[in-house]
Amino acid sequence: MSVTDIGTRPAAAARTGTRDRLTALARAELTLLGRNKTTLFMALLMPLIMAFALHRAVAEMPLEKSGLSVGTALLPGTIGFVLVFAVYSTVTGALVTRREELVLKRLRCGELTDREILAGTALPTVLIGLVQCVLLVIVGGLALKVDLPRAPHLLLLGVLLGMVIVVAMAAASTAITKSAEAASLTTLPFVFISMAGSGMIAPLDIFPDRVAAVLELLPLSPVMGLVRDGWIGEGDLTDTLKRLVIALAWAGIAVFAVRRWFRWEPRH
Amino acid sequence: MNIGDFGANVIDVTGLRRRYGPSGGGRKSKKGDAGYEAVRGIDFSVARGELFALLGTNGAGKTSTVELLEGLAAPTGGKVRVLGHDPYAERARVRPRVGVMLQEGGFPSDLTAAEAVRMWAGTTSGARPVDEALEMVGLTRRRDVRIKMLSGGERRRLDLAMATLGRPEVLFLDEPTTGLDTEARHATWELIRELRADGTTVVLTTHYLEEAEGLADRLAIMHRGRIATTGTVAEVVASHPAQISFELPDGFLAGDLPPFPELGVDGHETVGRTIRLLTSDLQRAATGVLLWARDKGIELQGLDARSASLEEAFLRIAKGLEDK
Repeated sequence: MSVTDIGTRPAAAARTGTRDRLTALARAELTLLGRNKTTLFMALLMPLIMAFALHRAVAEMPLEKSGLSVGTALLPGTIGFVLVFAVYSTVTGALVTRREELVLKRLRCGELTDREILAGTALPTVLIGLVQCVLLVIVGGLALKVDLPRAPHLLLLGVLLGMVIVVAMAAASTAITKSAEAASLTTLPFVFISMAGSGMIAPLDIFPDRVAAVLELLPLSPVMGLVRDGWIGEGDLTDTLKRLVIALAWAGIAVFAVRRWFRWEPRH
Repeated sequence: MNIGDFGANVIDVTGLRRRYGPSGGGRKSKKGDAGYEAVRGIDFSVARGELFALLGTNGAGKTSTVELLEGLAAPTGGKVRVLGHDPYAERARVRPRVGVMLQEGGFPSDLTAAEAVRMWAGTTSGARPVDEALEMVGLTRRRDVRIKMLSGGERRRLDLAMATLGRPEVLFLDEPTTGLDTEARHATWELIRELRADGTTVVLTTHYLEEAEGLADRLAIMHRGRIATTGTVAEVVASHPAQISFELPDGFLAGDLPPFPELGVDGHETVGRTIRLLTSDLQRAATGVLLWARDKGIELQGLDARSASLEEAFLRIAKGLEDK
């Protein structure tokens, strides 16, 4: 070991900023994601596989009531699959793995704030999810002969709120997840409830009104509603505001759960 | 006001306590399980530029203490100040000026050594270049190896490179040489000495006495969550007696020795036939014993005379012989 000028640095040295720190952490996480082939495969292909699997079923659904085509039923659902499979499950797995490897503990010894650690770990996955959404809108639209979204602002709002909710839910889910392996089990409830009850497989309109009214309150229901409204250009202000309130409430609940139960170190 | 910046002490600890919640965190606990108090009211300070070692057996509370200094947890009681700030509540003010080497890893196993350092550099104010950091700890040739393929010792050195990456004013090293081979251990000691020579304040935990003896300006020996003794190596050693031990020949009892006050012996212990005399004046006691043996014409089997050593002090504390 040879040493050159190892001592205390001059006090004037520039402090790192949030952006530097987030970039550094996200870059490392992206590298790790690229090296974890199983996770990458699941994140990239699961939404598509689900969409293909559902294609026929959706084609046979009584969609007239909701005024949807196969494409406008399937594409928003696929965005939902991106949220739950590509983002929620992946972020849960990443956070649990980092916690068990004591990476989170180490990161907390440095200059990153707790929020930056969570955000930086989730960032590459969220970005990949956003790219998938953009591709779905363009390529999926072409393949299924669906026009571009008529109210893109609603679609964008829905996707962004969805990202916030699933990342917060992922962080909250780590509290009940002991290991990366266990994550494939502990993430199932949220995935299934969202798929079945939030209108990913079938729009909520096909349910009886009372059932639909309850399902509207599930975490990703307002998100799916906004995404669908964005595509077909429907949705009045009241609906949109109602969805916004429900979505923000769930984001708030998830953030509370994270603050209350998130563990930075493995249990001993 | 950064009062601590102007005072001599970089670290001030008063009445520090840390209790771990009832077993298993939030889970159901056994009746009467009030958790475990790992740190039970300790006080010490570390001056700027000083190397302070925390010694102790496993479970003595060293790591629990250091984690409070690092600001990873809030103490259950008492107060910690690092560079004049509360390291837990004022994390953002303290972190850019300290470096931390945890007892255990904390690396993503699929990153290479260089990638891990680059990531850390991006989050560290005034970080030295990645290659320089790797060279410092002798990992240049292993820079592109995945961390999971590095040996335990190499990971320890990578950890040291990251802890010192931002040229910190205060460095916390939790068992920095555990798992290192002799050569790497000496190289690490050399590096720590150089850091200290450049004015870095270092808090080190170790269970290698040699490490504390060779590096520390001052040390504290912890036992069961308390500081059993503290001071410079010389002070800690001086507060413990030197000793002479030998086997009493058949037919002799301890009472057959010259009177203890005359020998300068303050106390004794007998285990089987072996007697151990404790003294603060080793030369006088040894001379007395040897002259007595010559007069009686006896051979003292297993004769051993030794000055007090840190090891002796440590062992006596570890065995619970000294309760404070």
